[in-house]
Amino acid sequence: MRKVYKKVESVSGNVITVHATDVAYEELAEITTRRGKSLAQVIKLEDDLVSLQVFAGSRGVSTSDEIRFLGHPMNVSFSEDMLGRIFNGSGIPRDNGPDLAENVIEIAGPSVNPAKRIIPSRMIRTNIPMIDVFNSLVASQKLPIFSVSGEPYNELLARIALQAEVDMIILGGIGLKFDQYMYFKNILEEGGALNRSIFFIQLASEPIVEGLMVPDLALAVAEKFAIAGKEVLVLLTDMTNFADALKEIAITMEQVPSNRGYPGDLYSQLAARYEKAVDFEGSGAITILGVTTMPGDDVTHPVPDNTGYITEGQFYLRNGRIEPFGSLSRLKQLVNNKTRKDHRAIMDGMIQLYAQYLETIEKRSMGFRMSSWDEKLIKYGDLFESQMMDLRVNIPLEEALNRGWSILAQCFKPEETGFRSELVKEFWPHHEAPAEV
Amino acid sequence: MSLVTGKITGVSGNLIIVVVDGAITQNEVGYAVKGEQRLKAEVIRIQGNKAFLQVFESTKGLKIGDQVEFTGELLSVNLGPGLLEQIYDGLQNPLPKLAEKYGFFLPRGAVLEPLDQERTWAFTPSVNIGDKVRAGFYLGSVPETQFTHYIMVPFDVKGEWSVVETAPAGNYTVSQQIAVIQDERGNKRSLSMQFQWPVKLPIMAYKTKMMPKEPLVTKVRIIDTFFPVAKGGTYCVPGPFGAGKTVIQQITSRYADVDIVIIAACGERAGEIVETMREFPELTDPRTGRSLMERTIIIANTSSMPVAAREASVYTATTLGEYYRQMGLGVLLLADSTSRWAQAMRELSGRLEEIPGEEAFPDYLESRIAEFYERAGLVELHNGGRGSLTIGGTVSPAGGNFEEPVTQATLKVVGAFHGLSRDRANARRFPSIHPLDSWSRYSSAVPVDIVDYARDFLFRGTEVHQMMMVVGEDGTSLDDFIVYLKSEFVDAVYLQQNGFDPVDAATSPERQNYVSQLIHSLLRKKFEFSSKEDARSYFYDLRQKFIDWNYMEYGSEEFAVQEKLISGLIKG
Repeated sequence: MRKVYKKVESVSGNVITVHATDVAYEELAEITTRRGKSLAQVIKLEDDLVSLQVFAGSRGVSTSDEIRFLGHPMNVSFSEDMLGRIFNGSGIPRDNGPDLAENVIEIAGPSVNPAKRIIPSRMIRTNIPMIDVFNSLVASQKLPIFSVSGEPYNELLARIALQAEVDMIILGGIGLKFDQYMYFKNILEEGGALNRSIFFIQLASEPIVEGLMVPDLALAVAEKFAIAGKEVLVLLTDMTNFADALKEIAITMEQVPSNRGYPGDLYSQLAARYEKAVDFEGSGAITILGVTTMPGDDVTHPVPDNTGYITEGQFYLRNGRIEPFGSLSRLKQLVNNKTRKDHRAIMDGMIQLYAQYLETIEKRSMGFRMSSWDEKLIKYGDLFESQMMDLRVNIPLEEALNRGWSILAQCFKPEETGFRSELVKEFWPHHEAPAEV
Repeated sequence: MSLVTGKITGVSGNLIIVVVDGAITQNEVGYAVKGEQRLKAEVIRIQGNKAFLQVFESTKGLKIGDQVEFTGELLSVNLGPGLLEQIYDGLQNPLPKLAEKYGFFLPRGAVLEPLDQERTWAFTPSVNIGDKVRAGFYLGSVPETQFTHYIMVPFDVKGEWSVVETAPAGNYTVSQQIAVIQDERGNKRSLSMQFQWPVKLPIMAYKTKMMPKEPLVTKVRIIDTFFPVAKGGTYCVPGPFGAGKTVIQQITSRYADVDIVIIAACGERAGEIVETMREFPELTDPRTGRSLMERTIIIANTSSMPVAAREASVYTATTLGEYYRQMGLGVLLLADSTSRWAQAMRELSGRLEEIPGEEAFPDYLESRIAEFYERAGLVELHNGGRGSLTIGGTVSPAGGNFEEPVTQATLKVVGAFHGLSRDRANARRFPSIHPLDSWSRYSSAVPVDIVDYARDFLFRGTEVHQMMMVVGEDGTSLDDFIVYLKSEFVDAVYLQQNGFDPVDAATSPERQNYVSQLIHSLLRKKFEFSSKEDARSYFYDLRQKFIDWNYMEYGSEEFAVQEKLISGLIKG
């Protein structure tokens, strides 16, 4: 029988301290307050004074509340039974299903030996041309969606989740609004994907500390499934809330802040999660798509900035579209030479022309006269935006490539596009009349 | 002497506070004992009977009262044959061996011998009984990949000793005795091929340190011509994310004209080092025709590996570099990224509740960075030979802002600055080293007047470009417009280089000299164009031909044909 402590020494923010012995670093405790039971985790030991972060928050904690140490760190049960289930940030079911207690695994386990990693090589198709054609997603990639509040990033995540060729989806919601949570639930249900999904959700209405565990829970489970051979897609939304939770705890613990109040270890903390993305040789893989909302659309804000250094590219979601500039998949070169031989040419060529289109738009807005070439570019730009960039466009890669050629042929003569003659010969559609403008 | 032990009285992150029962040393190694596991840690502060240790592993599960055993030794690495081709973590654990033993994950507290203890090496002695030796003197040698690996008198040996025993030529493991030396007072010491050296102390078993003069050829044109690096010098590559830091490091690690390359992946993505790890064994070294891995050591302490070991990884890499420098070799250390190391220092400084400096970095940040880069250098060895250690560090400034403390502290101590620009990266102008902001104090592979002349054009071209943004092309004079076109031309055909093309990726200094002469003649030439449109089409045509030329093998027939075409165009 483990000892029960009944004297809380201090309450500050969501951190409480208690005098206790034989407590391990990062051990879990259960605190019983008038509001019910909550888990808490040891975050500092100083002689016999133990600091705990209380997941349910310290609101309503009384100095005489009961604290029972559980003798183990945070863990989660892992089994096939988890599929289709929804848990909260402490790993407790939030649906009406039964508790799961068997086959408990450690969360935030050791990192993968770099010597056992392999070079990623499998493309994940999403049927979104801006991803498949221009910035292909690769199994084991870690990629954030940089966006601002109000953009349809969760809709994009849900769509990728539904359409991506993966075995299972794990959704980690950190500070998720209730309607967004319901949206994910409904859309995956409608799409028939709920039974291959697992949710770990901390709602925006719940204490932010509870969100701290969400990425670790999601990734620990993902890791086990990947080792068992599953292709797992982990969605984390929104990682800026996660960083804010770290900030809150750090400030409460009186740590010296480094940049805009964020703790000095923000980079390491984020990296420890994103680096769980891996392709296990001979088994499955974990691919991570995160959402990082940029406060004030500022990419130099510590959260997107540190994230950018960790992840393998990023998708900029702006005005409801994935921006071709700034968006980058660092791993696309590893896969887009194996799809179709015109893939890379379309990828580079269309973007270069689109860049010229933007210059033309700028010229137009400054009142410069439009040449016939400018007119062609404008037509091209409009088609590109409506038939490729629009997020409603939902076609497989091959069709998207064909559509690319078709857009080009509607606007330009082959020699104006700078494509290699060999490709023009094979792919240039002849029925499309070159535009008369 | 019985070893000192202590009991944990505090845990916070990777810092533990230990009450000790005896004398301890700053930077000494201790082990926190957790059941079967022994977690390596280093003393970083002492206060009365309390020692503060940074733990190189996760501290999860440690309890108040847990035992800590001190070793009396500073954090050290093993030096000896067998270091090349290895992939180590920051504490010199061989990662492939760990993978063999433990599988996918890096278990906590796992430690393996850094050097293969079974493998035998063909030792040839080079000293005789009675010879006088000092630290760093050669006792003999073994062949290691394509190098002669000299077996040296350990660097901690003080004063003059004489050889009293030496092993005959033959095959030995690294731990077998190969010599015995004796000092004036008759103290004997048995020597094997491996010995230890504390990573935080520079190896100074050489005669003198010299001024780095000879260029270190990287085969990257913008570096060798405009912002050169010297053998034994230092340089830094700061840049925002996505600007191509890692690609530049990868290209340099492949083509740099040095004997040995040590890659320290410090707190960066594992994926990147995996590319190097998997590809290097397949790639051939253009200098020797052998596998690139044979001249490479990789230290991988990636971002999800324990933070405290990040700091150690930089020092481990430097120490291995200094060791090979003692053999008269040219060593290049590439540290990616020093910012992560600085962040590790910041994290710890916060836990120690030190008074923070700018952006919460500790105030000793500058001196630590200076100490690190100062370990580079060209040295004259005791036998008259020369060895060099060149250090190139990337910096990942927060928000891409070079005003931040790590970049600024680094700029104070390095000899060359290759600042990467996000604008150039966005415009797909690679390598994205900024041609106006960057600088170097070393001498170029190309005559200085040619370089200065070209730089001048780059400056003026930028000025004209900025002016054009305001007044439009129409408001710019034809002469100014030509200056702009010339500077854009230099940028497109010389500064930019395709790192993925087998020929263009590496330009020899001969070729750089040759090509830059031709560009020089173009820059000097006065052009008469009837219109801007004319000028533009002339330069675009020339640019296309020049870029094609860049993809042709130097000295090949097509190279000569294309050159005629280009010179013809320039002469007009």
